[in-house]
Amino acid sequence: METKKMTCLECPRGCQLEINVDTLEVTGNTCPRGEAFAKAEITNPLRVLTTTVRINSKTEVMLPVRTQTGMPKAKMFDAMEVIKGVRVNAPIFVGDVVVSDLCGTGVDLIATKNVRE
Amino acid sequence: MEYDVIIIGCGVTGAAAAYMLSKYRLNVAVLEAENDVAIGTSKANSAIIHAGYDPVPGTLMARLNVEGNKLVGEISEQLHVPISHCGSLVIAFSDSELEHLKKLYDRGIKNGVPELYLLDREETLKEEPNLSEEVCGSLYAKTASVISPWDLTLAMAEVAVKNGTDLFLNTKVNAITKEDGIFTVTAENGNTFKGKYIVNAAGVYSDVVHEMIGEKEFTVNPTKGEYCLLDKSEGTRVKHVIFQCPNELGKGVLVGPTVHGNLIVGPNAEPGTGRDDKANTSKALDFVKKTALRSVPSISFRENIRNFAGVRANTEFDEFLIGESKTVKGFLNLAGIKSPGLTASPAIGKYACELLETMGLELVEKDDFDNTREVIRFKELGAEEKNDLIKKDPRYGRVICRCETVTEGEIVASLHEVIPARSIAGVKRRCNAGMGRCQGGFCSPRVAAIIARELGIDETEIMEDRAESYVLIGKLKEGTNNV
Amino acid sequence: MYDLIVIGGGPAGLAAAYSAWENGLRKILILERDRELGGILNQCIHNGFGVKTFGEALSGPEYASRFEDMVASTEIEAKTDTMVLDISPDRTVHAINPKDGYVSFQAKSVILAMGCRERTRGAISIPGTRPSGVFSAGTAQRYMNIDGFMVGKRVVILGSGDIGLIMARRLTLEGAKVLACVEVMPHSSGLRANIARCLNDFDIPLMLSHTVTDIHGDKRITGVTVSAVDDHMVPIPGTEQEFECDTLLLSVGLVPENELTKSAGIDLDPRTRGAVVYENRETTMDGVFACGNVLHVHDLVDFVSEEATFAGKAAAEYVLNGDKGENYYSVKTSGGVTYTVPQRIHKGLGEEKINLYLRVNRTLPKAEIVVKRDGEELARFRKTHLAPGEMQSVVFTGDLLETAGSSDEIEVALEV
Repeated sequence: METKKMTCLECPRGCQLEINVDTLEVTGNTCPRGEAFAKAEITNPLRVLTTTVRINSKTEVMLPVRTQTGMPKAKMFDAMEVIKGVRVNAPIFVGDVVVSDLCGTGVDLIATKNVRE
Repeated sequence: MEYDVIIIGCGVTGAAAAYMLSKYRLNVAVLEAENDVAIGTSKANSAIIHAGYDPVPGTLMARLNVEGNKLVGEISEQLHVPISHCGSLVIAFSDSELEHLKKLYDRGIKNGVPELYLLDREETLKEEPNLSEEVCGSLYAKTASVISPWDLTLAMAEVAVKNGTDLFLNTKVNAITKEDGIFTVTAENGNTFKGKYIVNAAGVYSDVVHEMIGEKEFTVNPTKGEYCLLDKSEGTRVKHVIFQCPNELGKGVLVGPTVHGNLIVGPNAEPGTGRDDKANTSKALDFVKKTALRSVPSISFRENIRNFAGVRANTEFDEFLIGESKTVKGFLNLAGIKSPGLTASPAIGKYACELLETMGLELVEKDDFDNTREVIRFKELGAEEKNDLIKKDPRYGRVICRCETVTEGEIVASLHEVIPARSIAGVKRRCNAGMGRCQGGFCSPRVAAIIARELGIDETEIMEDRAESYVLIGKLKEGTNNV
Repeated sequence: MYDLIVIGGGPAGLAAAYSAWENGLRKILILERDRELGGILNQCIHNGFGVKTFGEALSGPEYASRFEDMVASTEIEAKTDTMVLDISPDRTVHAINPKDGYVSFQAKSVILAMGCRERTRGAISIPGTRPSGVFSAGTAQRYMNIDGFMVGKRVVILGSGDIGLIMARRLTLEGAKVLACVEVMPHSSGLRANIARCLNDFDIPLMLSHTVTDIHGDKRITGVTVSAVDDHMVPIPGTEQEFECDTLLLSVGLVPENELTKSAGIDLDPRTRGAVVYENRETTMDGVFACGNVLHVHDLVDFVSEEATFAGKAAAEYVLNGDKGENYYSVKTSGGVTYTVPQRIHKGLGEEKINLYLRVNRTLPKAEIVVKRDGEELARFRKTHLAPGEMQSVVFTGDLLETAGSSDEIEVALEV
């Protein structure tokens, strides 16, 4: 039986959780949010990926970007490989989609800075 | 090209020799192993222009110290080298140390040091209220100063270059031979240089360089000294350089203002592990801090901004070793230049000319010797001058180093000087960018970008300081970031 | 004559200027030394900003752009590329920029919002050689996120402050190997979420109660020695471990950047290293206010914005209604409260709300913050999960202070 330990990040209390990887039984939580947190971490951990892409602009060389929502943690490095080859042109604005459906995750990569020229 | 004189080493000694020789109609080459001048002992020392009461009367060291003190003052004014005539105090904590001060005073008088005074406890504390209550008297030397040692080196080297001296950086000497009265110097990079006379100003390597062609006359015993440099917030803790009574370890740990307005504390004296051992150790730094607190108990080491270490080119002799090699005619050693070497340097340079003349070199003064140097230090200008300068060149209106208020204009100028900066530290030595409390945290990426732009190179080629001290390993997202 | 000059166009300066506008000032000028507004947020490309202010997790540039848009919707002027050199007691601000040259502006009020800087290798006197490849975390962040360069391949990080943790993830995602994050304290000073998301996600070891005791390499750094430390943070001989690396990042704390404040003759608090302020964030110089990291180092930008809002409002009140005078209570701390901001509270505030920020000296699951006068309790605030790295905030009204005692001193104490 394999178990995993983690700190719950749902509130500042920071419960020390332990989850059975096979049965998904959670201990150490003091509320249901902790249980859900631990289960998601084992079954489908999601992360917001933040990084940069090259931009053709008068003022900037890099454009900061992030995934619109959490993407599967396991695909982060694949996503970085894709992002490495991306180059965008100014003007571009906060929220503009830079890569749609990043690595088939259904999640878009968006600009997080306004670059006007 | 056959040179009249080849100087090996462009620390303060080599630069001074080059400066003094550049007044004459001669072909002179200076060979420097590193990628900039003043990169060894000349940049890592106490930066003090000593009054001259320390050396034993009658010695060369005593004469060149007192003469050098005067010359450094003149050169600094002429060539815009920052210097502060703050004076120094040697403080005593006991009757026996008071006795020693009396001895130093007498020595100073014999050496011809002007304006030396013995102060009692009250007078001492009046001059320096932050000194320890236990102080019982001091020796006040009004002619002691603090200086920017790399700027002094640069200034002299620049004027030499302006007047026709050839400076070769990244030129480490590997071999010296002599045939038909002509020396051939071979560098590690394969270049060779021919010359009639050699001046050995190779600092901690001066014995090695001498023995490339001559027989052993002396051995350099590299002696490391470690320092703490504190923020300007501590820079007014003392007004004068404060020495403790010298002991067998040297002049002891000093506390003093720097010419840039910081506080310097140090050095200790330890053999270290070799000529190139400039590493700081916590043991030495602890010793330095503890010892300094004995002089000035209120120093706040929380304000420390940098530590560094320098290596003194001590030899087995308590004297400068200046003279023609006993086994090689035409080979002039300027060796064993330990404290007060910085002070003495211009006098050593002058003396080197005299010695070369007695060795047969003909010295004919140039009519067109250009003894000037232009430096703009934006911070020191008045409001109107600042405005005029920015109107003329808008780059002086953009502050790059916020801690030291250094503008883009000054950084650009440092990259196009007679001896131009080629690294981030080279820029720092020339215009102070990155010297302040954030130690380049904010400005170094901006300085790197300016260097790349001005020199037309890629930022990944930029060095922090010495050759191969690269800052960046590649560009992001261009396929070079694979591990 | 300006109503208000704000020095610094980062998160504090933008929020302060906007708040002053909202509260009725019209001639407002922001002076920013960088080429763009937004300050350090521009290089903080990770997300997690704005949860308190906007109810969503934004990246640094996104958070900054929200405030930039707010400011752009007003007639607030902003001069970028402009460095302030000096502030005179009559609130004349002397500055330079490439376009205008040396200029002096007079203002009825001034808000200081210059932010902070990183502590350096020198500040903690790390022994060893002085090769290249030793960066403060923020410098490396700038090289990577703004300039697009990679700083190293094998990295050790000293200090587990948030910037260090964020950079551990950033470097890993860009292909570097982060060997360890070394922290001298027995606990991290970073946010727990950052430890989980930046270290644990990538199996980067966090070495608590350890520090870097030697740096190797003549030109570029070639390695570091890491040692365990005892309870007094003194390295324990015999515990040395060698790490081969080409980069050492330092995330060892932030210091408010108050050189301008100091040279203007404004009183500083040695605990915060920022100005001594009243509850309206007015400094000891008439009409000069301070907010954000120049006043004290915050852990969340949302608190910076909140504090800047107080300062902006107070500057507006100062200009429109006049000074609040110098009749005040001084705030003393005890029982594990390391500092408070404000350090002074004006008397006679009535129902006006006072936002008091404070920090505690240890980690506590729960504790109470008690406000007293002459030993008599005036208010008590229950808090959970206290830590030195997490700022606490309490709010009370001015008239509460008049309910007991007669002293000019107010005490803020921690009771467990």
